[in-house]
Amino acid sequence: MKVVVCIKQTPSTTAVFTVENGQVTWDDPGGKPLVLNPWDEYAVEEALRLQEESGGDTIALTMGPDSSQDALKSCLAMGCGEAVQVWDDAFNGSDTLGTARILAASIKKISDVDLAIFGRQAIDGDTGQTIVQTAQKLGWTPLTFVSKIKAVDFDEGTITVERQLDDGRETVSARLPAVIGVVKEIGEPRYPSFMGIRKANRATIPQWSAADLEIGGGTGAAASKVDWSNIYGLPPRDTAVDFIEGETTEEKARLLVDKLFEEKVL
Amino acid sequence: MSGVWAWIEHQDGEIAAIGRELIGAGRNGADSLEEPLTALIFGHDIAGVANQAFDLGADAVIAADDLSLAQVRVEAYGPLIADLARERQPSVILAGATTRGRDLAAWVAADLDAGLVADGIALSFDSDRVIVTRPVYAGKLMADVFVTEGPQLITLRSRAFAPAEPTGKSGDVEWVQPAIAEDEISTQVMAVESSAGTVSLADANVIVSGGRGVGGPEGFEPIKELADVIGGAVGASRAAVDAGWIPYDYQVGQTGKTVSPDLYIACGISGAIQHQAGMRTSKVIVAINKDQDAPIFKLASYGIVGDLFEIVPALTAEFTRRLGE
Ligand SMILES: Cc1cc2nc3c(=O)[nH]c(=O)nc-3n(C[C@H](O)[C@H](O)[C@H](O)COP(=O)(O)OP(=O)(O)OC[C@H]3O[C@@H](n4cnc5c(N)ncnc54)[C@H](O)[C@@H]3O)c2cc1C
Ligand SMILES: Nc1ncnc2c1ncn2[C@@H]1O[C@H](COP(=O)(O)O)[C@@H](O)[C@H]1O
Repeated sequence: MKVVVCIKQTPSTTAVFTVENGQVTWDDPGGKPLVLNPWDEYAVEEALRLQEESGGDTIALTMGPDSSQDALKSCLAMGCGEAVQVWDDAFNGSDTLGTARILAASIKKISDVDLAIFGRQAIDGDTGQTIVQTAQKLGWTPLTFVSKIKAVDFDEGTITVERQLDDGRETVSARLPAVIGVVKEIGEPRYPSFMGIRKANRATIPQWSAADLEIGGGTGAAASKVDWSNIYGLPPRDTAVDFIEGETTEEKARLLVDKLFEEKVL
Repeated sequence: MSGVWAWIEHQDGEIAAIGRELIGAGRNGADSLEEPLTALIFGHDIAGVANQAFDLGADAVIAADDLSLAQVRVEAYGPLIADLARERQPSVILAGATTRGRDLAAWVAADLDAGLVADGIALSFDSDRVIVTRPVYAGKLMADVFVTEGPQLITLRSRAFAPAEPTGKSGDVEWVQPAIAEDEISTQVMAVESSAGTVSLADANVIVSGGRGVGGPEGFEPIKELADVIGGAVGASRAAVDAGWIPYDYQVGQTGKTVSPDLYIACGISGAIQHQAGMRTSKVIVAINKDQDAPIFKLASYGIVGDLFEIVPALTAEFTRRLGE
């Protein structure tokens, strides 16, 4: 078995954002401003679970600048055997399709991969597009919103998963190799072990650039077909809270219901 | 390139809520761009659904009816849309930002090497370009994004656009064949467990949510009673889900569902930034919390400071009385 986990480094969930002239910066006064995308922790967990079950290799892969080595180290600390960082100035500003082309080329270079596991979405752009687009570029089966791998047979090349969709759940079987995107129900991610953290800190993570890959199609800002230049802060919610006061609970309930009928939201 | 296309989801012979919203948004778009609106409808035994699209205002309907299309599978639906788009060159392709719509739009964009913008909550039109307003960074910022060349693929969020109303129009459906044969498709759907019948959070007009403040699984009883009386869905914070009081399907927030109801009633929820990420676009937010400094009150339109176990049943009683009148 050979499993690649695709991960991204993102701003933390508590990060505070500033936008100036369309440039977004952020800081997290209470913690680390950059983290392993929380959804991708579930992908790492599932890869490690498969490794424990079937043996074989797990390789954490990211397309991102040097700071993303920290996110890869988190994966190594959790228990991934290897990590690869892919970066090139030419990759800067890629849209999801550019990213998918780069990830597909990297997965091909890793070679003999049975399964590529992704998180549900990256919490910066929140698109969830990269999963299916990478599958399409590889010509592999995409299986998204996976809440459980019910069966996988790496020798036979088959997989059966449960998917959690807006309108219900479905059980789907498919042939390997496949690209899967996992959701939270797949299982709580483990904490890195002390030994794992030590190992991760000592690891030298290989870096691949455009020259190391055979990428089918354009990458970077020049090839991006999506213009993201106009990012701005939220308009503030217009009103301060109207606290409902009253002598009794019943009176408060009556006053609130009055207001809600006036708002015509019922 | 010309034409606005919308891929329409349906269930049990009816166009789904998001489908009506797409036809509504697509109609506006088509009129602004002065191009026709075409509904794409795939499935099995779908003649009725295909005709509904005309009634809701589509100018044309392209439909495919085949056993291999009975379930929505990206491998079957993706090539069908991509091949049609290569042949007929629409300028815009819309889908819902639903689990299925996201997948399909991503696959088609990859196959066409086209630009895709996800999660639109508003559209504006600048000559032949569609500008999509969408939340980013978990709703902490907004962006006006557009596709710079080629077909513009866009997914739209549930409940962000007014649904199309019946017009009484009818027309001739154009029937097309599936793009690939069953034996070329790797995925087989073995079992489906539909959640139809329960109110889906994404489509709900009203949501009553409980957090750690409800104190235990039984604490969701008064929440459910209030939701039932006002025809709403039940939601929850992650703290309540993590405590095992209610399944994850109910979680609202950055790592749960994103909702946008007309009315969101948060009971015993502090309003952490990750919870806000999933509900801040609600039209009216009511917070019930015993801590008057809880962050949820910064977001709420109305607040009641007090014990939810007194206030929620009182609201249920008041609504029962008033709605009964
Ligand atoms: C990566 C990450 C992702 C996350 N994703 C999500 C997410 O998707 N959704 C989410 O909700 N959270 C998410 N969280 C968790 C979030 O940070 C908060 O911990 C969580 O939302 C708190 O839930 P809560 O408001 O129910 O609990 P608390 O913060 O404990 O608040 C309970 C509130 O109930 C009030 N209360 C208690 N008893 C009563 C009573 N009897 N009557 C009235 N009020 C009462 C208290 O005053 C308090 O304000 C995430 C966190 C992280 C790190
Ligand atoms: N730059 C990247 N490098 C590696 N994996 C990525 C990258 N961007 C996105 N992914 C993966 O794709 C998933 C969906 O991301 P997105 O489409 O950006 O929301 C993430 O959860 C990751 O698993």
